[in-house]
Amino acid sequence: MTHELSPLHRQSLRQLRGALDAKQVSAVELAEYFLERAGTNAELNAFLHIDRDLTMAQARTADTQIAAGNITALTGIPIAHKDIFVTRHWRTTAGSKMLKNYISPFDATVVEKFKMAGMVCLGKLNCDEFAMGSSNENSAFGAVKNPWDKSRIPGGSSGGSAAAIAAGLSPAATGTDTGGSLRQPAAMCGITAIKPTYGTVSRYGMVAFASSLDQGGPMAKSAEDCALLLDGMIGFDAKDSTSVVTDEKYRTPISAALLAVFASASPTGASVDKPLSGIRVGVPREFFGEGLSSEVAQAVAAALAEFEKLGAIRVEISLPRTSLAIPAYYVIAPAEASSNLSRFDGVRYGHRATQYKDLADMIAKSRAEGFGAEVKRRILVGAYVLSHGYYDAYYLQAQKVRRLISQDFQEAFKHCDLIMGPVAPTTAWKFGEKSNDPVAMYLEDIYTLGVSLAGLPGMSVPCGFGQNGLPIGLQIIGNYFGEAGMLAAAHRYQLATDWHSRTPEAFK
Amino acid sequence: MTAPRAGGFNGAPAGWEVVIGLETHTQLSTASKIFSGSPTGFGAAPNTQANVVDLALPGTLPVLNRGAVEKAIMFGLAVGGTVAPYSVFARKNYFYPDLPKGYQISQFELPVVVGGKVPIVLDGVEKTVQLTRAHLEEDAGKSLHEGLETSGVSGIDLNRAGTPLLEIVTEPDMRSAAEAVAYAKALHSLVTWLGICDGNMQEGSFRCDANVSVRPKGQQEYGTRCEIKNVNSFRFLERAIEYEIRRQIELIEDGGRVVQETRLYDADRDETRSMRSKEDAMDYRYFPDPDLLPLVISEAEIEAVRAAMPELPQAMRSRFSEKVGLSDYDAELLTLTRATARYFEDTVDAGANPKLAANWINGDIASRLNEQNISIEQLGLKAAELAFVVQQVELQKISNAGAKKLIDATCSGAIAAVGRVEVISPAVFMTAIDSLGLAQISDASAIESIVEEVLTANPKSVEEFKSGKEKAFQSLVGQVMKASRGKANPAQVNEILKKKLSS
Amino acid sequence: MSLISDDIHRLAKLARIDITPAETVRTLTELNNIFSMVETLQAVDTAGLEPLCHPIATIHEMQLRLRPDEVTETEHREANMANAPQQENGLFLVPKVLE
Ligand SMILES: [Mg+2]
Ligand SMILES: [Zn+2]
Repeated sequence: MTHELSPLHRQSLRQLRGALDAKQVSAVELAEYFLERAGTNAELNAFLHIDRDLTMAQARTADTQIAAGNITALTGIPIAHKDIFVTRHWRTTAGSKMLKNYISPFDATVVEKFKMAGMVCLGKLNCDEFAMGSSNENSAFGAVKNPWDKSRIPGGSSGGSAAAIAAGLSPAATGTDTGGSLRQPAAMCGITAIKPTYGTVSRYGMVAFASSLDQGGPMAKSAEDCALLLDGMIGFDAKDSTSVVTDEKYRTPISAALLAVFASASPTGASVDKPLSGIRVGVPREFFGEGLSSEVAQAVAAALAEFEKLGAIRVEISLPRTSLAIPAYYVIAPAEASSNLSRFDGVRYGHRATQYKDLADMIAKSRAEGFGAEVKRRILVGAYVLSHGYYDAYYLQAQKVRRLISQDFQEAFKHCDLIMGPVAPTTAWKFGEKSNDPVAMYLEDIYTLGVSLAGLPGMSVPCGFGQNGLPIGLQIIGNYFGEAGMLAAAHRYQLATDWHSRTPEAFK
Repeated sequence: MTAPRAGGFNGAPAGWEVVIGLETHTQLSTASKIFSGSPTGFGAAPNTQANVVDLALPGTLPVLNRGAVEKAIMFGLAVGGTVAPYSVFARKNYFYPDLPKGYQISQFELPVVVGGKVPIVLDGVEKTVQLTRAHLEEDAGKSLHEGLETSGVSGIDLNRAGTPLLEIVTEPDMRSAAEAVAYAKALHSLVTWLGICDGNMQEGSFRCDANVSVRPKGQQEYGTRCEIKNVNSFRFLERAIEYEIRRQIELIEDGGRVVQETRLYDADRDETRSMRSKEDAMDYRYFPDPDLLPLVISEAEIEAVRAAMPELPQAMRSRFSEKVGLSDYDAELLTLTRATARYFEDTVDAGANPKLAANWINGDIASRLNEQNISIEQLGLKAAELAFVVQQVELQKISNAGAKKLIDATCSGAIAAVGRVEVISPAVFMTAIDSLGLAQISDASAIESIVEEVLTANPKSVEEFKSGKEKAFQSLVGQVMKASRGKANPAQVNEILKKKLSS
Repeated sequence: MSLISDDIHRLAKLARIDITPAETVRTLTELNNIFSMVETLQAVDTAGLEPLCHPIATIHEMQLRLRPDEVTETEHREANMANAPQQENGLFLVPKVLE
């Protein structure tokens, strides 16, 4: 392959690191290059806020660090953040009119970690309002267009992040996943993303949607890039009470294991042509039933065959409660959201209506005007399932079903090391195609919701294209803290295939 | 609604039984807030003690304060309740501008303390009030309505938002306003004794809500209750409950029906009135807070708190009377506040005779505090200093009158510690005793020589005494004391004089 | 189970969201569709199961971490109130609060 000749926006993070270290390019030049691309491709609507001066100041700092030899693996590399992460200086809207002009007085832990690592922030990326949606059509600032077909959705809710990576507007991006919001847009845009184990990435500074499900993660062009980014992202945070303390027994040191994978030519004990030999890949039969499009089924089948070629052993498994994940999720997530979004009352920040009778009316009108239709819908559903007389039947029951779903995964992991299947039943659909039927849209998340409810790590890896030339994603699910193994397997797959390095024609 | 008839009565009239339960919000005296590192001090400029977490800015998350948990454990131990090994924080959802998140983090199904009891004494009769539970939660901010230039608005100050509260809930065990007040006072003295709450009712550190209902005597089921809020003194608590009892009984007697509602006590008008803003049946949609995990309290943590817990007043009283030999009355007085008890113990530890120390603290010191309206910590006499004074009295180095003068001089600052030493040293005291001329002459030979001089100089009085006039003896004592300039030990003077006159 | 428009009004009031009559009608249909999908949960036997408080609790017990009782914050009122829609003398202003 001719990596050396490819333009900057098609280079891997490791290549960019090399170019920066060899002084072939400076952090300032890199930042300028990507801001320029973001500017010329503004019609994608991937970015919500760019501030050139802020970016350049960070780039100059990075160049100083590089000159001083004071670098991390990520120093000088540009990144853009989903507008769910709060940032000082850059506006944080969460894709909502409610926070149209909101500027946070503090940085999210994730934003701060990347800044400390020397990364250069390019700006904030569009998303579904408060991360609620699978198509990005719920952004108050207009939908993001899919770089592979601008008449189609990029997926959601991290649609801006996925589109920015696919179109080469940024080499790295953050996203968040509550029910599939990292994996599904990654699949729709043909990029790689990983949602790590719940609790490994700090939620401090993430505008909350559903606290027990929300988890941040990286989005990039490859598993290797995601590994580098995840290494910079994970870590215990005392400001987040659900942050997992790095426990000897459960924590595979993700970073060390990841870096070892990429450093060695092949994993110990495995041969060069069968690097994944001995790894058992569980294929849940429930992921291949009714509703799965044949083109996605074929691409996933081909990917599974490729994994077998690399030495993996295919194991048929069952996740019997897969379909229950949808109702359980659509009780738990709205319930938590309805409460999390109560703070938006027009008192301390955010949209305040101009016409109102009294205090109660001010709050009710501000919320009616500030929130979009899907957000309001979920708030009402959430209020209902928590209300007196319904709590036990809905919320409590859903949390118990959640335990069953979680236990099913643990049962499955007795027979396999990784679980693989599709991310989404179809490729990206046309704008407006499903907007009038919320339930139809919810059903699209069937393969990702269970992983979210169980808090397991899940990733999306490009594995082919459909008839319309639209990308298809393979979902890889690991057990808790199994990120290193997942990324390593994905990396081996990407060394053997080139789906992840395909680029939409207009963005080559 | 008929206005209650004028001229109240104490307690329920014949035929009625009153049922009262109290919910008390005690602010726990931690340095920082329950879920953030903001300070908790009272009276700061608005919103200067509210950080991003307290203001519920997007992206912020709560982290629980260990100090609040320890204080809750201590309370549970002190009332003999069960400290829950597993309790859960829940969100209580409602909108109010002083509630930044739109929900209050509280405990609902699983509180940190279950059960317990508080003994009360009313008119010499002992009774026990059973506690239902005590749970941890966060306080809300305040709405201010005055002093704003903009009209038709309220100002929101969130300094208080996130202050830790322990809400202590009783069973409906009280049968009169007086009982309710006795309970509130007992609880107040317990939490301040434990040091978990500063007890300042004016600043809202100790706030009582009363659930009041009435039922015809003999009826099994409870009547409909009303919750009275906004009571910030014991006196108002009593008056609010009494008003509410009258209101409910008269309402029923006039053929009406009590409606379950929240009522606000208006001290200026001495009445309770319905809080319309809380009228619509609240549906708080409680659910476990997904930002917080279950609170797990181990046996070891409970034991650590137990070890650090101050001795409770009852235990201390019986120790004072049984082991130290004080009267029940003295023991009771010394344990009214923990500060007094500590002062007494410090005085004894510094070498004072316990009974003498108790006499001085409950007598002379108590009246000084009363006169000056100050607490014992504000008195300019340290326990170790009192101990020295008491020792000098016991050793007969100074008289009681001399001791009082010495304490006067210490409190007024006329005698002060030298250099960097905090406590006045014996040497400084001795010098003061000398310079103030307070030293008592207890040397028998010195007194004998004074007595002999006086007898020689007053032959007439000696004659009168020998002829049976008792009064002459007092006159001779007076002469001896005068000759010694008040310093002679009166007991010794008496004794020596008697001996000389009878020889 | 099916909701009626009174339910929508009650929920909108609970959630403090002003709702127009047209929105009520549409929301009623949408919520009923959602709840008919959610209904399948009722058939699941969950007897004796504890709800899941944190996903990791599936594999090992989780408990709350506590913070030492220390003041870690300094005053940042101006920055913290910079987004306030209306303020005066360090107070957030709202339409008059009636008690
Ligand atoms: Mg209460
Ligand atoms: Zn309370």
